[in-house]
Amino acid sequence: MLAIWGGKLMSLFEIKNLSKTYSSGIISRVNTNAVKNVSFELKEGQLIALVGESGSGKSTIAKMLLKLEKPSSGEIELNGQSIFDYDAKDYYKQVQVIFQDPYSSINYFYKIDRVLEQALKLRNAELTTDEKEKLIKEALSKVGIDANEILGRYPHQLSGGQLQRFLIARILLIKPKIVIADEITSMIDASSRAGILNLLLDLRDNEGLTVVFITHDIGQAQYIADDIIVLKEGDLVESGKVNDVLTNPQHQYTKELLSCVPSLYTKWDLEN
Amino acid sequence: MQNEELILQIKDLKGYYKGSFGTVYSVDGVTLNVNKGDIVAIAGESGCGKSTLAELITGTPKPLLHYQSGDILIDNFNIYKTPSDILRKDVKTKIVSYVPQASLDSLNPVLKIIDFISDVVKERTGEKVAKTELVKFAGDHFERVGLNRDVIQKYPHELSGGMKQRSVIAISTMWNPKLLIVDEPTSALDVSSQKKIIKMLYEMKRDGIIESILFVSHDVSSLSQICNKMIIMYAGHLQEYGNMDDMVKKPLHPYTNLLMNSIVSFDPNGKNKEKLESISGSPPSLKSPPKGCRFNPRCPKVKDICLEKEPPLFEINDENRFVKCWLYGEGN
Repeated sequence: MLAIWGGKLMSLFEIKNLSKTYSSGIISRVNTNAVKNVSFELKEGQLIALVGESGSGKSTIAKMLLKLEKPSSGEIELNGQSIFDYDAKDYYKQVQVIFQDPYSSINYFYKIDRVLEQALKLRNAELTTDEKEKLIKEALSKVGIDANEILGRYPHQLSGGQLQRFLIARILLIKPKIVIADEITSMIDASSRAGILNLLLDLRDNEGLTVVFITHDIGQAQYIADDIIVLKEGDLVESGKVNDVLTNPQHQYTKELLSCVPSLYTKWDLEN
Repeated sequence: MQNEELILQIKDLKGYYKGSFGTVYSVDGVTLNVNKGDIVAIAGESGCGKSTLAELITGTPKPLLHYQSGDILIDNFNIYKTPSDILRKDVKTKIVSYVPQASLDSLNPVLKIIDFISDVVKERTGEKVAKTELVKFAGDHFERVGLNRDVIQKYPHELSGGMKQRSVIAISTMWNPKLLIVDEPTSALDVSSQKKIIKMLYEMKRDGIIESILFVSHDVSSLSQICNKMIIMYAGHLQEYGNMDDMVKKPLHPYTNLLMNSIVSFDPNGKNKEKLESISGSPPSLKSPPKGCRFNPRCPKVKDICLEKEPPLFEINDENRFVKCWLYGEGN
């Protein structure tokens, strides 16, 4: 399944010197550098975590990867071609997203079935009604949802965890190469959170999906990711293998950040 | 029921939300004793009743939430039998102080912190205090809790979220309450601000500004840094109560056990190989909770009796542990 090129995994996404500056104000312009000169690449089947506190630029990067924002400078390439040269439909067949709030990701005037039907339209193949139904049932059972139980219902009739699983099933129908998961568990209870993370790991292992996992929760990044990028106020401060960065951080900021992350396994010395 | 060693005694407390939507049995029979000097974590998933419990303890639940029955004694004041003017002037902020969820937004945006404090002082004491005296009193207190005294001269929009939260906690502890109840003080903040708040609470207790804390949060990793006791709530019931470390290492209630196995927590010693599991199903609707134990629809160890009869809170010998589960008493 994986594309081998020159003995190395070929990079799927390539982000080069990416910057984004927002300007505001009418009389005196104020510039905010949300992302500053960030470069990294993403290989097929890789699960990479972008972590940082609020204002670190992680969501801005997600928006640019999704073509929702244009970079101020820098390049984003998918398969060696700038993403802004891709036709929208063509691009979103390959790159998909799961957002933080499942309820606002779905139009709540329609039954949820419509989401899956529209997802199938992104596929090229002409499908009969029976085939569609079969694909939908397969996708739902893969994410652990009983199709009979939820089809025909409206978004507000489902719990956040169910809906987030449902949106992962939608991803399965589109079969993109890359999924951008932006804080997907922050509105979900602790007891269902592990299930969502495991699901994403399964998709990577069994379907060869490449995942950009954006989170502020270092624990989740550690649990799920192979590689990690630490951002601070738009700067990429440290990147590498999760186990190296999180057990032996090199940058001062990463060290400070990790010293503030609560852990069930160790205790802080609150006297100092 | 008077007891000098206890700061808080709760006996069979019931509090329901009532409205056109029906009755929600949010806190349904909670019994609890808290020793002086304890920092107690109240943990559980959303909708388990942890915030409702905290609100009921303060004696003035918001509209829709109704106190039903049971006793709450804080420092031997029976909260629901104390006249409201005494509750307002002598008990609240002096014996018990409550910092509700999202209280960092409760500061008045058009008043400087000091003017907000002036309002609070007037309300709580009924006296008008001279501005210079107030500035000194509030400034001294802010310094005692580790904040800069200049903070009181600022407007809320000039402060960061973490600083607003710390200011609110400082204002709530101006009269050195014996018991401080904080509801999710760290959520919605970055980890560095979270740690500052936990450190502030720790130091306030160490320095004798407050004596005991009830810390409501869904984040067990944060709670474990400061609390010595923990309560696990599920569907309006207190399911387990005991020493923090024991409950993390050796949970007894099937729900606590599953919850601990589902928590994704950072391990500074490297990636934990173990796969985490989520709990199947979802919590019951509290408008029509299941008969018997409220965890029975999701419990892997469910027995016949669990479907019929609600278990009492069994005390586990010598462990200071209480478990509301039939596995730990009668007929085993």
